[in-house]
Amino acid sequence: MKAFAALIDRLIYTRSRNSKLALLVDYLRHTPDPDRGWAIAALIESLDFPAVKSAMVRALLATRVDEELFRLSRHFVGDTAETAALLWPDAPGAQADLTVAAAADALSAATRATAPQILASLLDCLDADGRYALLKLALGGMRVGVSARLAKQAFAQAFAVPVDDVEELWHAIPPPYAPLFAWGEGRAERPDLADVAFFRPFMLAHPLEETTVDLAEYAAEWKWDGIRVQIVHGGGQTRIYSRGGEEISGAFPELVAAFDQDAVIDGELLVRGEAQGGEAASFNSLQQRLGRKTVSKKMLADYPAFVRVYDLLAIDGNDLRSLPWTERRRQLESFVPRLDDSHFDLSQVIEARDFNDLAERRAGARDAAIEGVMLKRRDAPYVPGRRAGLWYKWKRDPLTADCVMMYAQRGNGRRASFYSDYTFGCWSDDGELLPVGKAYSGFTDEELKWLDKFVRDNTLNRFGPVREIEKSLVLEVAFDSIHSSKRHKSGLAMRFPRISRIRRDKPAEEADRIAALLAMVT
Amino acid sequence: MAKAKSWLEPHAQGLYVKPADLWIDPSRPVERAAVTHGHADHARSGHGAVFATPETLAIMALRYGVDVEASHNQAFGYSDGFELGGVRFSFFPAGHVLGSAQILMEYAGERIIITGDYKRRPDPTCALFEVVPCDIFITEATFGLPVFRHPPTDQEIAKLIGAVRAEPDRCVLVGAYALGKAQRVMAELRAAGWDAPIYIHGAMEKMCALYAAHGVDLGELRLVSETDKTDMAGQIIVAPPSALNDRWSRRLPDPVTAMASGWMRVRQRARQRMVELPLVISDHADWEELTTTISQVNPKETWITHGSEDGLLRWCELHQRQARALHLVGRDLEEEA
Repeated sequence: MKAFAALIDRLIYTRSRNSKLALLVDYLRHTPDPDRGWAIAALIESLDFPAVKSAMVRALLATRVDEELFRLSRHFVGDTAETAALLWPDAPGAQADLTVAAAADALSAATRATAPQILASLLDCLDADGRYALLKLALGGMRVGVSARLAKQAFAQAFAVPVDDVEELWHAIPPPYAPLFAWGEGRAERPDLADVAFFRPFMLAHPLEETTVDLAEYAAEWKWDGIRVQIVHGGGQTRIYSRGGEEISGAFPELVAAFDQDAVIDGELLVRGEAQGGEAASFNSLQQRLGRKTVSKKMLADYPAFVRVYDLLAIDGNDLRSLPWTERRRQLESFVPRLDDSHFDLSQVIEARDFNDLAERRAGARDAAIEGVMLKRRDAPYVPGRRAGLWYKWKRDPLTADCVMMYAQRGNGRRASFYSDYTFGCWSDDGELLPVGKAYSGFTDEELKWLDKFVRDNTLNRFGPVREIEKSLVLEVAFDSIHSSKRHKSGLAMRFPRISRIRRDKPAEEADRIAALLAMVT
Repeated sequence: MAKAKSWLEPHAQGLYVKPADLWIDPSRPVERAAVTHGHADHARSGHGAVFATPETLAIMALRYGVDVEASHNQAFGYSDGFELGGVRFSFFPAGHVLGSAQILMEYAGERIIITGDYKRRPDPTCALFEVVPCDIFITEATFGLPVFRHPPTDQEIAKLIGAVRAEPDRCVLVGAYALGKAQRVMAELRAAGWDAPIYIHGAMEKMCALYAAHGVDLGELRLVSETDKTDMAGQIIVAPPSALNDRWSRRLPDPVTAMASGWMRVRQRARQRMVELPLVISDHADWEELTTTISQVNPKETWITHGSEDGLLRWCELHQRQARALHLVGRDLEEEA
């Protein structure tokens, strides 16, 4: 637990992404199994110990510390785990060598009845820093700025293996990932995924900026305003993965049930809207379905989800990713009719005469669910990540940017109790998040409630009325124009910025860079 | 026995000793002031006459231009004191910074101690706190919550030295309050065997010289402004906290930012200061020291001047000790804790 506690502390105080990466690499290389696996799973919030919750920790503390002193301390510290770690009395002869694995095993075995006693005896083995690490392991909410993506990169770097392989294997193997480490260290073959519904890293697009493409080389499709998903059927299981590779099957049980073919598809998850006569509804409707672990019948009826399919990555056990888009498209077109048409349809190719014709169609598109146009190179295989010249996204006006929420402040009047004013930022070239603007409109009342809760649950610091927020939420900000400005550190100022979408599906590190905004300056 | 409330009045701007027509640590200029120590939230300029220890007067002379030689300003060593309006005032070590004192007031058979700021653990730059029995104990409570348990100082100093040695191409920049904390960190480094020159920010040069003149050996100090960047690799730099993220620090070789303060115990507080290496070193009593001190002094009543008074009040309640909070204003030197 000592090494894990030290790692957490160093991650907390390290700001740059590269330094965090270096710390993780070092830890993964020098920590034995299964501790490192449990530790990394805890850092990326992949562990859940249902018997251990903060109310239970508070109740346990009340047996050792006066409740009023706990309340005052909790108020000052702002975090239950840290307060408890500092207040728990040092047991005589502490510092027995409690491993992360032993702690994880004990916590997994805990029931609601035995959890307090188990946690107490673990806490008694540790000093204040160790107790903090243990409680964060048990309760989650690490807030050390380690995303799943960063952890996978660290793994790849630590053992000199391709990050795309790590992405694929990661979801197929549960913590503490022993076969993954064995493969990384060259002690075992690459784990066999034949019978597992594993995640394939997405192929991503570059924005199309001041270039045109030849439609003989590129196919055009509508870019849909939903969330990108991958549906995998394999080993008798169907799983739905989001952009970041998180499994979201629980939120869309009707799609899981309806996808009964041995295949892997890439497509846009959308909600059917009545207003659009059964066509895809705006992103706002889809929001209702996101972020849920379970979903009610009413939600299923009010916001029916479907997937507009645009790529086929595997079928009947054959991996199609190395084939050119044209061939995958051909197979896709013959595959989609095999699916239940109330839940799956084919994303149509736009038949434009030439680029100008395409530009006109793009400008004239009225569908609420159309976000722009995708351009895909006809001869390109399906490759992970963002490769130059293969796929382009060509968004519709107005200007938008994906920014990360950094600070929040309460509003005025009707909104006095809500954190409704948000400062957001984009990434600088050296990986620092710099504020680029502030917005307090564009969201519905329902979204405001959600944002307010997000702010309260993810506060890092308070500076008077301003809260610093864990830099994890991507907000798509729409604005009329953007100008250079000496008033802000980023050197940019937006005109009439408003929140156009909450991008819960998008990892913060994939938000736009300052350079992308500079390119829009008028 | 006189009732304390009849002769000692707590006001937002300080404590007023009525029979002596004298204020203790007033936050605005008064005719007569007794001052516990030289920090700006206790010592102000513009008073008619100042009563304090010689070190505190010297610090006030340096910081606020108080004229030490003037006959109306009077210096008293520890255990020494004076009488005014029937009140006997005497000074006892508080262990906070050089010259810091508790002030004992005796009037009509009643004994009241005001601690100013204090700590209990040894500090090579000042005299150790002395427990003085009294009826009313007026204490600070900067760290009056049980989450504050400062670790042993040598452990934090070892952490600092370890960090410098771990990255010899960089330097460690320690943010430390210019009066007290900075000199204590330097003296503790010397005690731990760090004998390389310590590089300092120009703003602390005079205070360090004052400490040295009062017999506190800080070893060889060099000014950052007079040193080549490359010569500071693998070295320790001490600067006021305000300089940590200031343009000033650009002249240092890739500094690791450290901060010496009791607040560093709380992770998000340290993050908020953009600190990479938090050092939990404080010149204020932690929870253990505060509660132990109250038990040892064992007063009839405890008054709490500033800090987390709610926490200490609750402790007094749990231990059936009479206590009240005074709510003095302007006693929040975040930087100095």
